[in-house]
Amino acid sequence: MTETTTAGASAEAARGPTAGPGTTTITMTVNATTRHLELEPRTTLAEALRDALDLTGTKLACDRGACAACTVWLNGRPVCSCMMLAIDADGQAVTTIEGLAQGEALHPVQEAFIEHDALQCGFCTPGMVMSSAALLERNPQPDAEAVRDALAGHYCRCGTYPHVVAAVLAAAERK
Amino acid sequence: MSGTRTETFPAGIVETGLGTVTREIPASEPPPWPPNAELTWIGRPVPRLNGRAKVTGATRYTVDVRLPGMLYACFLRSPLPSAELRRLDTAAAAALAGVRAILPLAQPGDRLRYAGQPVVAVAGVSPRAAAEALAAIDAEFRPLPFVVDMDEARAPDAPAVHDAASAPQGHPSGFPAAPGLPLEGNVRGPAVVRRGDPAQGLAAAAVVVEGEYRTQVHTHACLEPHAVVADWRAEGLTVYISTQFTAGVRQELATAFGLPLSRVRVVVDGMGGGFGSKSQLGVYGRVAVQLSRAAGAPVRLAFDRQEEQTDAGNRPGTFQRLSLGATQDGTLTALAIESFGTAGVAVGAGIGFFAERLYSCANFETRQHDVFVNAGPGCAMRGPGNTPGAFALEQAIDTLSERLQLDPLALRDRIDPSAVRREERRIGAERIGWSRRHPPGADDGPVKRGIGVAQSLWMSNVQTNVACEVRILRDGSVEALSSVQDIGTGIGTIMAQVVAEVLGLRPADVTIRIGDTEFPPGGPSYGSRTTASITPPLRTAATRALAQLTREAARMLNAAPDEIEACGGRLQVRADPSRFLAFRDAAALLRTDRVSAVESRLDDYAGFRRRMPDAAMAHEDLGGVQFAAVAVDTETGAIRVERVVAVHDCGRPMNKLLLESQVEGGVLMGVSYALLERRIMDRRTGLMVNADLEHYKLAGIHDTPEIETVILENLQGNSATDAYGIAEPANIATAPAIANAVYNAIGVRLTALPMTPDAVLAALGRSGRS
Repeated sequence: MTETTTAGASAEAARGPTAGPGTTTITMTVNATTRHLELEPRTTLAEALRDALDLTGTKLACDRGACAACTVWLNGRPVCSCMMLAIDADGQAVTTIEGLAQGEALHPVQEAFIEHDALQCGFCTPGMVMSSAALLERNPQPDAEAVRDALAGHYCRCGTYPHVVAAVLAAAERK
Repeated sequence: MSGTRTETFPAGIVETGLGTVTREIPASEPPPWPPNAELTWIGRPVPRLNGRAKVTGATRYTVDVRLPGMLYACFLRSPLPSAELRRLDTAAAAALAGVRAILPLAQPGDRLRYAGQPVVAVAGVSPRAAAEALAAIDAEFRPLPFVVDMDEARAPDAPAVHDAASAPQGHPSGFPAAPGLPLEGNVRGPAVVRRGDPAQGLAAAAVVVEGEYRTQVHTHACLEPHAVVADWRAEGLTVYISTQFTAGVRQELATAFGLPLSRVRVVVDGMGGGFGSKSQLGVYGRVAVQLSRAAGAPVRLAFDRQEEQTDAGNRPGTFQRLSLGATQDGTLTALAIESFGTAGVAVGAGIGFFAERLYSCANFETRQHDVFVNAGPGCAMRGPGNTPGAFALEQAIDTLSERLQLDPLALRDRIDPSAVRREERRIGAERIGWSRRHPPGADDGPVKRGIGVAQSLWMSNVQTNVACEVRILRDGSVEALSSVQDIGTGIGTIMAQVVAEVLGLRPADVTIRIGDTEFPPGGPSYGSRTTASITPPLRTAATRALAQLTREAARMLNAAPDEIEACGGRLQVRADPSRFLAFRDAAALLRTDRVSAVESRLDDYAGFRRRMPDAAMAHEDLGGVQFAAVAVDTETGAIRVERVVAVHDCGRPMNKLLLESQVEGGVLMGVSYALLERRIMDRRTGLMVNADLEHYKLAGIHDTPEIETVILENLQGNSATDAYGIAEPANIATAPAIANAVYNAIGVRLTALPMTPDAVLAALGRSGRS
């Protein structure tokens, strides 16, 4: 469902030097599929993913960029999706936790998270997995300190950090 | 079914001193299990079965539930710490197009007692429609005097937070606080526990240690906020809620709304952390149902982070004054503690039974007080009472050992009657390198290192109102059912291990159906009791379901049913395994599509020490010992916890991997409590200053020490699985172990939490050691 229903004027017509307050059309490639969304410009990327696209694997915990639970990839780089507007992702490629596995085949980070029990309640896990997988893209052989640096912005209240480090190192070996 | 039989169980610590114990048990109980080494799945590090759903984002948490036509609700909350509601007009809000229901929770003239207290709830077609409705509500608040600081609240002339009518009354069980205690000003209590004569014991002591300790208010900070989706329909009520206790919430709903239990269903799939704060229905849960009934549509109500930090519970802060007396050989002659704690507008800020039970001491007294302040209500949090209690007592014991010139472990060997903890101290000392421990301040240079130890104590709790069902289907598939919820411990995986062990299958062969009150009552996930409560009846149910299959297989194999065993995916003749049926082929012989058995939790074989409605306490000796190694930078005041060794026991360990996760989680919450977290209230405005995750500091990955977990297999022959809990014991000892290590590093004692760099520098400055 969308946050609001489309207002009278077409979204295209509303486009111009300024957008809003009504909805506007935003086009993103989400998990390799092109999506056209009618959204108010104030909609965050996290809200667009969760509410407009029902991609609820992306979690909101602090809504202020302090916990990184909402981490997705924007053009391959991890970002806090609560800290950017969807309109700023217009024309760009977003990858969410739902798009990380290749069909039935899990990403090595996902497999390692399961094997090493790098999750408990699991609420921070999608964000942790996205940052960990991004780390292995830019540094395929990180040491433990590099893993900790990459995940320094993530909060886990259950305390999975030791298992997370072990999992990411194991995934790097497997990859 | 009736009658009893006598069985001999393995008993003792498997690693060091296994013996036996003979029990008379109900005849219907399955035979004793041997130690884990002789079992196939129990104790093994089986990865959690719902892991795939969690790492792919497929798990649906309550905040992810979307129902057709669902409305979004939110609260107008009091902006002031103490106020009278003067005017409330919701007409303009009700007239807005997107608004579907408005529910006032206070009337003009009512008093509001903390900033963030709910005043009005609204439901609208979108989150923004609901937020706009809040803005359209005309509410006027008259400020009243308030107090948010516990010390100020104790003063005789402090503004009264409660009157006799509004003050919480406590509970007959004594938790969160005893009933019938006097209230004077903002101070309620004392609740007194006494044995012997502490004054005489202190007078007779060769050494007396006195100390004052403070612990801060600590918020649960669950990453998934408190959230509910209520769906009121003519045929019944369905509530999706992020809860630690589906069956309990169902009971609360039935009572609150006058519904038969059969018309109330409570569901939770993914559950994003509770730590004690999601044990009840709560105001928000009740309000969501009322709004759904009023609007005729499902209603979603989820807290934002500020609400989560201010009105979702917290661990109460405490002040403790402690006197400890001992003879020269360390024997305790007296222990007296007076405590004042604050759970905001609620009660339950005591220091638990830690001091009462941990050490032998004939002369003992605690006088525990609740102090009301104008702040959000506290509630249970991971080892309630005992966690702040341990911070004080375990430091006092450390101080006593120094005064007696006794090693802290040797002193505990003398005064701690637990043979299990003695073994845990021995193992932990070896792993942490206790023999290399230096006297305080021995390191050259500004960074000083130290090692400390502290102990844990908790109850072996059991929910007796628990049942499990096991089904075997004719295609050979298997289901295990319980309303129990997985709050992150992996209870579903443990259930699958139990059923697989009995049926001779693999855990992945067992479909787990939990988190739904349509299934047999599963008990709560609090009080470290879930595994102890669920697994014995589950094993018995699996045994009974298997018996139905075995009957069919025995006929086919020309054997007696008691000659058949289930193992390796087969039903086979024990004496001649070449005569077998595959489990699936045996299931195909069933007369109906499925057979099933439901079993409920029996009493522990050795009985219970205390009974409560629906629950019981087997003993108060569940514990563990933790050692911490720290580095303290005496120039910056920064404490770094470098290593923690956590040695714990929980009866029969069910899953090594999940237990390690639980212990690491407990330790990390303890590190965070010790060094970082603190609710900060502004004395001038009465508002919480750090009601977010940016200024309220949680331990992150860089704050994480190396954690070594050792779990003893401590068999007692107490139930069909002999398993107990670990989540709370794992948290209780961490902060005092760190505090004792800090003292060992710098020779200055930090008696208040959190031990922040400024506190370290101030303490060093006072001592002249900086």
